[in-house]
Amino acid sequence: MPDYKWPAMNKRKIMGTRVSRLDGPAKSSGRAKYPSDMNPQGLLQTAILVSPHAHAKIRSINTDAAKSMPGVAGIRTFVNAGAEVQWANAEIAIVAANTEEQARDAVRAIKVDYEVLPHMVREENLAKAGTRAKAAGEQITGDPDQALKDADVVLQSEYGIPVITHCCLEPHGQVSEWKGDAINFWPSTQAVSTVGNQLAQALSFDAAKIKVTCDYMGGGFGSKFPADSWGAEGARLSKDTGGRPVKVFLDRATELTIAGVRPSHFMKVKVGAKKDGTITAWQSDSWSTGGFAGGGMAPIPYVYANIPNRRMNHAAVSLNAGPQRAWRAPNHPQASFLTTSAITDLAAKLNMDPLDVFLKNANLTLREATYKSQLEKAAKMIDWKAKYHAPGEGKGTIRRGVGIGVATWGGAGHASKCKIVLHPDGSVEVELGSQDIGTGTRTCITMVAAETLGLPMSAIRVKIGTNSYPASGPSGGSTTIGGVSSSTRKAAVNALEKLFEKVAPSLGVPADQLEAVDSRIQVKGNPNKAMSWKQAAQKMGPQSIEEMGENVPAQAPREGLNTLGASGVQMAEVEVDTETGRVRMRKLVAVQDCGLVVNPKTAESQVYGACIMSICSALFEERVMDAVTGRVLNPDMEFYKLAGLPDIGEIEVQMDITPEHDARGIIGLGEPCAIGGGAAIANAIHNALGVRVPLAPATPEKVLNAIGNRRYA
Amino acid sequence: MQAFEYGNPTTLKDAFGLLGSNWSDAEILAGGTDILSLMKDYITSPKRVVNIKGIKELGGIARKGGNVRIGATVTLDDLASNAVIRASFPSLTQAALGVASPQIRNMGTVAGDLCQRPRCWYYRRGFGLLAKGPNGEMLVPNGENKYHAIFSSGPAYFVSASTLGPALVALGASVTIASASGNRSVPVEKFFVSPSGDGQREIDLKPNEIVTEILIPAPATKNATYEIRERELLDWPLTAVSVALRLSGSTVNSASIALGHVAPTIWRASQAEKMLVGKTITAETAEAAGEAAVANATPLSQNAYKLKLTKVAVKRALLQAAGVKA
Amino acid sequence: MSSQNDSTKDNLTKSAFSRRSWLRGAGIGTGVVGAGVLEQEADAQQAKVMSGEVEISLNLNGRPRSVKVEPRTTLLDALRNRLDTTGAKRVCDRGTCGACTVIVGGKAVYGCTMLAVDAVGKNIQTIEGLAPEGQLHPVSQAFVNNDAQQCGYCTPGFVMASKALLDRNPNPTVEQVEKGMAGNICRCGTYVGVRKAVLEAAKMRGGSNA
Repeated sequence: MPDYKWPAMNKRKIMGTRVSRLDGPAKSSGRAKYPSDMNPQGLLQTAILVSPHAHAKIRSINTDAAKSMPGVAGIRTFVNAGAEVQWANAEIAIVAANTEEQARDAVRAIKVDYEVLPHMVREENLAKAGTRAKAAGEQITGDPDQALKDADVVLQSEYGIPVITHCCLEPHGQVSEWKGDAINFWPSTQAVSTVGNQLAQALSFDAAKIKVTCDYMGGGFGSKFPADSWGAEGARLSKDTGGRPVKVFLDRATELTIAGVRPSHFMKVKVGAKKDGTITAWQSDSWSTGGFAGGGMAPIPYVYANIPNRRMNHAAVSLNAGPQRAWRAPNHPQASFLTTSAITDLAAKLNMDPLDVFLKNANLTLREATYKSQLEKAAKMIDWKAKYHAPGEGKGTIRRGVGIGVATWGGAGHASKCKIVLHPDGSVEVELGSQDIGTGTRTCITMVAAETLGLPMSAIRVKIGTNSYPASGPSGGSTTIGGVSSSTRKAAVNALEKLFEKVAPSLGVPADQLEAVDSRIQVKGNPNKAMSWKQAAQKMGPQSIEEMGENVPAQAPREGLNTLGASGVQMAEVEVDTETGRVRMRKLVAVQDCGLVVNPKTAESQVYGACIMSICSALFEERVMDAVTGRVLNPDMEFYKLAGLPDIGEIEVQMDITPEHDARGIIGLGEPCAIGGGAAIANAIHNALGVRVPLAPATPEKVLNAIGNRRYA
Repeated sequence: MQAFEYGNPTTLKDAFGLLGSNWSDAEILAGGTDILSLMKDYITSPKRVVNIKGIKELGGIARKGGNVRIGATVTLDDLASNAVIRASFPSLTQAALGVASPQIRNMGTVAGDLCQRPRCWYYRRGFGLLAKGPNGEMLVPNGENKYHAIFSSGPAYFVSASTLGPALVALGASVTIASASGNRSVPVEKFFVSPSGDGQREIDLKPNEIVTEILIPAPATKNATYEIRERELLDWPLTAVSVALRLSGSTVNSASIALGHVAPTIWRASQAEKMLVGKTITAETAEAAGEAAVANATPLSQNAYKLKLTKVAVKRALLQAAGVKA
Repeated sequence: MSSQNDSTKDNLTKSAFSRRSWLRGAGIGTGVVGAGVLEQEADAQQAKVMSGEVEISLNLNGRPRSVKVEPRTTLLDALRNRLDTTGAKRVCDRGTCGACTVIVGGKAVYGCTMLAVDAVGKNIQTIEGLAPEGQLHPVSQAFVNNDAQQCGYCTPGFVMASKALLDRNPNPTVEQVEKGMAGNICRCGTYVGVRKAVLEAAKMRGGSNA
């Protein structure tokens, strides 16, 4: 078997260097065409009619008037009379027309008769949930009752973090064209190689005849895997209209209500510890919602999971609200917020520096040495020693504080196939049915191929973004770079082997004595016995060399190209105006391992971005539901608030690149770095104020309510 | 957005000819930063939209008699960068710079800021200006009211969205309103009204009228605006306080304190104004004025925190205007 | 940055509308409705209105472009849906996110919040007009250098907002960059790169209003 192992760290010429993303110029010049930018000839625009009620039975839908409106080419319904809708803005009908204006006019002419049914849309008070709350079963380890009795100190507290949305800037949607026995599908997707199969299933259509194309996509964060109901109906509208292309993209309000949310998570907790800070017991009662289907328990206690005595109870609360979808590190940011808040408050009760408590209990984690070292690195970056003070200690109305958040994640590489074609003219093509969701996937693939083939990146042509190429998995779980890099590596090694066989006779050595370096094929270690890549390529005759490489997740750990398990620590420094309750970010630092780092530049960007997402959810983001009307009150970007450039402060990222981490292979980064920041910020606020703001986000309202009558001067 | 007829008059006379006697007949377009959103959300669907930006006499900032005149269609950006305004009315410059973002300031106009509709999320989701539920119940008092009024006995609980309003009220400005039958002048303070029934507007303007200018009396005041927002920028104030002080030496002869985003109108803190007369602005008197400003507030279920915010905003605006370090 | 001088602007405004689309404003309720079916001689004394689908000419990236719109069509929708100029993106569609930022009359504006008919006679610059195909404007180049983009959907809006900021203030401080870019939202969180990119672009442009 060929040797697929990554080149030694010090031998790499391209991997590990800071490379600007290759599609950067297309994006920053506005020439990158996203699915929502597609305007094929004859395009029909659409508008979707949604339910104004959070829970209702549909008595009838009448589209007669709409059908005769100007420009209308087709109308379809998502549901029929008798169906129940379980959340507001659920999709009811869709109109295709020559212009968007016409489609919107026609949608308003559709008459729907609803029988309005009772709804419940809020979950923060579990006592009010009644039969909507379903217990998920108790988990017990050790003897939590005895351990809490024996503990020197018991912290008792409550924390909560609300539902937030993905708010992808490019809304969910697609252009589709159903012509005869083939469908062209241009979705904004994280899954070019699987979304077509889903569509085929929904349409009872031949999957092989669906061509999916997505060169660029405007953000998914876990919400853009499925073909979606509007994907299926968009395709059917195309069929209904004789194959005219049909564009469906959700408007912002619909996007924010039905295209995915991150579940809330609330928790009442008791944590027991010895005087010296050793954590001995954990007992939590938690509940959450991800919409009508309820919400699962976050992995609490988080990272510090091996507390010897613990009892966890959880209830899933079903609401008449838009459904959850995977949201960057599903359930982990909530778990980090809940767990580290409790540990930080426990430290306060113990009169200990929380950093010492996190360090002391690192044996409760799966990677004690890594967390200890990362805690120490992050502490240095934020200057913890100088900046930490007892909670609430300080002078003046403006207070500063520091806090800690921790993270873990699986990662590894998804199933991925790569085809590499070496052409006799020396050119190289790399094909994968993968996608770039903002990670820099094209760039990383190119770097791996160039590194392996000994060529400059400019010699490699990487093609992704369609299901006509060999399949790669969806971009979820931080598995893309691991998957595509591994399959690309293997394909490139395989192709080289074939090329070496062709070249070996001319260089007078066996094929296994050759290597590809600096655009040459040479006898290992001997640049004088070499030929240029171009000359070598001519030796293959008229036929190109085509080789596959495949990453099979079950085999990957053995091969060492990618593996599971990343750790990260983030620390925040905030400034709180105790009179206004305004929190301003001063600094957020992140130490993150993710194994072998292909491109530090784009990797850092992911971590910067994740830090900023953490700031958003810690300080601003909250889906606001109205109990009476059952509606989301802020399905917009005005009151659904994301941080702007003036809100982020300084951010410092340290990729934890060490020979030990590197030797593990690629792990994956997108999720682990998006976990600990919000927790760190919440804990920094506690340090600044000496009181806990128990519910995120820490807006002036919530901060002032937590401060109560306490005076700061 | 429903289809409409579009008029682009270049004279006031032509503009009057295009307006109607009901709001559903015609709406005025200037910066467009609010009206377009209202139409997209079908909150308003006028038959006609009248763009007044082509009317030259509605532009310009100039001294006029004892006043400074600001034309209705002056953009917030032009206002914020105007040297005359900055020198005499820093409170107005500060308010203008607090508006959303550069793009909004480049588009939005001074009169548009006064005439924009409330941002109440019940109103914007189609439950009416007074925010009533399916059974006619008032949605705000026990609903999601963290951004709503702390000075209102109902039935309106939204807050005025105007950003310039507090500064203009504190400065004693007036608006000139024109119609085919002539001009009238209204103090900015009186321009904002709290509607008592459905179908009423929150400003003293009729469908056939146009705000043409704002006049600010020139007497020298020390003035300042202090806003508190959740986000640094691109956000609505939770509270906005503007003050104008007439001083003899360091003694207050008279004080105007106007509060924004706390009531359906711009709210005058009269008690606080009175108690400052004859005093010097210090941390203590400013704090006391803040207390007095919110003494009569009637917060709703979720917005008592806005009392604290308003109190501190009054204090900080006063200290800033008087040039006193806290 | 050149702008149309005033005397030609008025003419352009008038001639840019096809005559057919102009109707006499006969007052509300007197039946002036429909898509340009009533052709009447415009009376100079009376105000005029337009309705239905009308052909207008937009001065887009230095070239006149004829396009059919309705009065209610936003500039952004005219660009994206009717002129296939898709660099500016539709995200919030309510003037609260900046993805549709274009430069009109030398100033950054939200294309979603301006009517296309209101842009007639003004110089409209979109990201497509910053540099010829195959070349990069210094601001775009600075975004690439500093990786100020991930999914890239907000990026054209950021680039245009940066350009407008630098045209006005060629040598901004960090604080001025933060305030000047406050009208644009990125969900992937590229602000650290954006902050660096704007400062680098200022340096690259040598403080000149190029």
